Amino acid sequence: MPKKLYVVFAVVLVVAMTLAACAKTPVATQAPAATEAAATQAPAATEAPAATQAPAAKQQLEVFSWWTGGGEAAGLEAMIAIWNKQNPDIEFVNAAVAGGAGSNAKAVLATRLAAGDPPDSFQGHAGQEMIGTYVAAGQLEPLDDLYKANGWYDVFPATLIPLISKDGHPYSVPVNIHRANVLWYNPKVLAKYNVTAPTDFASWLTALAALKTAGMEAPLALGENWTEVQLWETVLIADAGADMYTKLWNGEADWNDAKVLKSIEDYNKLMEYVNSDYATLSWQDASKLVADGDAAFNVMGDWADGYFSGKVDGGNLGLTPETDYAWMPVPGTQGVYDFLSDSFNLPVGAKNRDAAIKWLTLCGSKEGQDAFNPVKGSIPARNDADKSLYGVYLQSAMADWSKDTVVGSLWHGVVANDTWKNQIATDFGAFILDKDAAKFQASMVASCAQFGPCKK
Amino acid sequence: MRNKKEKWLAFLLVSPSILAVAVFVYGFIGWTTRVSFTAWKGMIPDYTFVKLQNYIDLFTNNLRFQIDIRNTLIFTVIFVFGTLLLGLITALLLDQGLKGEGLFRNLFIFPMAISYIVTGVVWRWLMNPAQGSRLSGLNLLFHTLHLDFLNSLYTATPEWGMAFIAIPAIWQLSGYTMAMYLAGLRAIPDELREAARVDGATEFEIFRYIVFPLLRPVTLSAMIILGHMSLKTFDLVIAVAGKQLPLDMPSINMWQTTFDAHLYGSGAAISILLLISTAVLIIPYLFFSLRKEGQQ
Amino acid sequence: MNRSRARYWSYIPLVFLAIFYLIPVYVMVMTGFKGGNEISIKEMWNLPHSFDFSNYKLAFEKLAPNLWNSLNVVLPAAVLSSILGSLNGYVLAKWKFKGADIIFPLILFGMFIPYQSILIPLVQVMDKLGLYGGLPGLVLVHIIYGIPITTLTFRNYYASIPNELVEAAKIDGAGMLGIYWDILLPISIPSFVVVLIWQFTQAWNDFLFSVVLTSPKNWTVTVALNNISGGQIVPWNLQMAAAVLAALPTLLVYIFLGRYFLRGMMAGSLKG
Repeated sequence: MPKKLYVVFAVVLVVAMTLAACAKTPVATQAPAATEAAATQAPAATEAPAATQAPAAKQQLEVFSWWTGGGEAAGLEAMIAIWNKQNPDIEFVNAAVAGGAGSNAKAVLATRLAAGDPPDSFQGHAGQEMIGTYVAAGQLEPLDDLYKANGWYDVFPATLIPLISKDGHPYSVPVNIHRANVLWYNPKVLAKYNVTAPTDFASWLTALAALKTAGMEAPLALGENWTEVQLWETVLIADAGADMYTKLWNGEADWNDAKVLKSIEDYNKLMEYVNSDYATLSWQDASKLVADGDAAFNVMGDWADGYFSGKVDGGNLGLTPETDYAWMPVPGTQGVYDFLSDSFNLPVGAKNRDAAIKWLTLCGSKEGQDAFNPVKGSIPARNDADKSLYGVYLQSAMADWSKDTVVGSLWHGVVANDTWKNQIATDFGAFILDKDAAKFQASMVASCAQFGPCKK
Repeated sequence: MRNKKEKWLAFLLVSPSILAVAVFVYGFIGWTTRVSFTAWKGMIPDYTFVKLQNYIDLFTNNLRFQIDIRNTLIFTVIFVFGTLLLGLITALLLDQGLKGEGLFRNLFIFPMAISYIVTGVVWRWLMNPAQGSRLSGLNLLFHTLHLDFLNSLYTATPEWGMAFIAIPAIWQLSGYTMAMYLAGLRAIPDELREAARVDGATEFEIFRYIVFPLLRPVTLSAMIILGHMSLKTFDLVIAVAGKQLPLDMPSINMWQTTFDAHLYGSGAAISILLLISTAVLIIPYLFFSLRKEGQQ
Repeated sequence: MNRSRARYWSYIPLVFLAIFYLIPVYVMVMTGFKGGNEISIKEMWNLPHSFDFSNYKLAFEKLAPNLWNSLNVVLPAAVLSSILGSLNGYVLAKWKFKGADIIFPLILFGMFIPYQSILIPLVQVMDKLGLYGGLPGLVLVHIIYGIPITTLTFRNYYASIPNELVEAAKIDGAGMLGIYWDILLPISIPSFVVVLIWQFTQAWNDFLFSVVLTSPKNWTVTVALNNISGGQIVPWNLQMAAAVLAALPTLLVYIFLGRYFLRGMMAGSLKG
């Protein structure tokens, strides 16, 4: 018996060793660059005959993002298709890592930057997430020339440029624009309870109260931690106004202001109408509550539109806009566009700098943005896009984007640097536990002084 | 003479491992310790020495870290004892030569094979705390089976939510302890039990006075493996609970402090504290087992 | 007689336990068949509207390119770290040189290092060694961080083998390696199975090292699995289908090596 076992084991061992050997020989004996060249030479030769006979490795462009799933991956593929057409001799290496709105991706990026191995271009939320972190560390090149050469100063909204610049220099190219202050609602539920869509914050509270009295357990759907912070950020815009909101983040307004306290108290009022299991729901679960009619309202960024109306076999709900679900700006924030944007940049020391500049040019171009955004479910940062390519919601968002006042999202990295944002998230977690508005306001004052632009 | 040569050969055989561990474990612990004494913040390494400041900040007026310690204790105790207990029970049930033992065994061990990222989310759905018309997951199952007294708020339970995070972890690893215990039970000679039965001992007495003491080494090594897993628990908690303050763990705090907030000095301090608490757990075990061996 | 009939009552708790273990698996497998509009917490118990395999097919297409990478990492990593652990265990149990009793706990302690906290120096060292980005580097890291637990298992097992066996062989003139090869290796097959299974599971399910240490072409299945979810929208049907598929190789290992696993654990269990 043991002898038989021994034989089985020996076979397994031999197979494993052979596999190991197979796996190792080609890679271990050659430099990594050479391996990659070997892998890509064949297609290069067939695509572009004569010209690329040189033995040198095929030129590459490595783009790092967290666009891995669903519409965003498809959108990126659409851009890669354009890239391959424009640059048949430069291979596009798609280094996309998913995970918790880029949390895994950020760790991978941090280790790569620490090892002195930056990708040729990487994704980040436009604004302080890039400026406070990578620009502050001198890891990105300013893009003034690129902006001038491509005329981007004229096609990106004037209120957007300062939010993605430091000392007057833009550091990233926004590919898309999302809006965080959208109130999604179920028109059938409102009709059933004979409630009209709110027009301002007070009427929103009235509507919520009416629905609750009429027997809805939780008229406002809410999800896990970050969705709570995002909800508060929109209430803060409603109570403080766009101008003061922006000033709070750049240190020109005082966090001790009564309007800040009011926004926290108003947030507490909203919490009386939310589902009890909010802390355990993902944002999709919360949006589903609205779709199912278990809740009437939900505040979520406008990627929710993709989830509501996208195809069922892609994991989405397949609903009809304006019939099954509808939207408006969060009450009290009409005329304000609380934006966030995925943008790409030019790291100092990029191995393929010229290719990276070509990539950024594509990112900012009408062709690139109109290829990416309809698929991803976002609007282009440019104001000259082809509206006919976009769905019902996105067309309305494009109209707003061109006329609204633009402010930056807190949670999505526009107005607060990463360190500050992380501290706010922790303080907000404590506030969720004790609901102490004054204490949370005090912690905002303190964290702005410690990690933000406020004077100590 | 020959003996001496062989001793050298022995040392030579182990030395690659020693070297690797020296660099990849102790070298890196050294690096982390050094960073934990610095003001490093942001993407550029900054080795300005700040003494114990990062540690002091963690222990003074830091609500999050207090929650971390409390949650680690709750989670570790429930996870380790729950996994041991369930593993022991399943092993005892299976150790009777029943038909279909292999099937049950594979079934109980299967959860270990599935990625935490996904099982965590399934458990998050199962442990949905919604009440009333949106009753779902396990609560709905209990309701349908007229077992409403089992209805629970799970991770949303005030103060004790962390205890429920241990359930998916127990589910995932009790198959492993089952295998360990089953092996231990099989290694106990039947004559020992038969003799006790002849002497008139009840089945419970046999378990209590003969089997259980003999399983102690198994329990001990399982405790060590489970204990270190619970201190490092990371993906599972994020998948089940998201990243919410009441259900925070030191490993999540360390990750966020390091990679989300870019406070490298402070993150390193949390790692070192994690390591020290592991050491407190492991050193008595090593001491105990090596001394026992010496006596033999 | 009485006792042997009583044991059949054990099926009742066993079936309940089986249900407890299977509930999450049921949810995963069923969700894998569903369309997006069928996925909600409220309807998690419902059967899918149709059992069509399109999600599983698509999930497989997404994982397949990385399958080969995973095998190329996991097999050598499991085998080599087992061999190293066996040699270490042999030396540390039977050929104690001066300081061996200090070396052993020091190696063992390596098991407890929280990997998330050492990523930066790890990447830097791998970069200096020229192993950053490729599969050999990932294999090396799995081997190194596998050493503590493999050494522990083998040392405890070899410590339980009577010293007389080794002494007798020495008198017969066998050398150190000879004794290992002829006497200890053949009887330690069960321990090899235990360690191989454990290392296989660990390396197969590893996400962190793979995502940080390898370049996109070399990513393992777990990275592909993770990448099915997007930054914002997570297609749970695909994700669950993929998780079921990704767990299959490990499951197969359990099924085929399960009985040896148990035997291997038995060999070392009571001598801890």
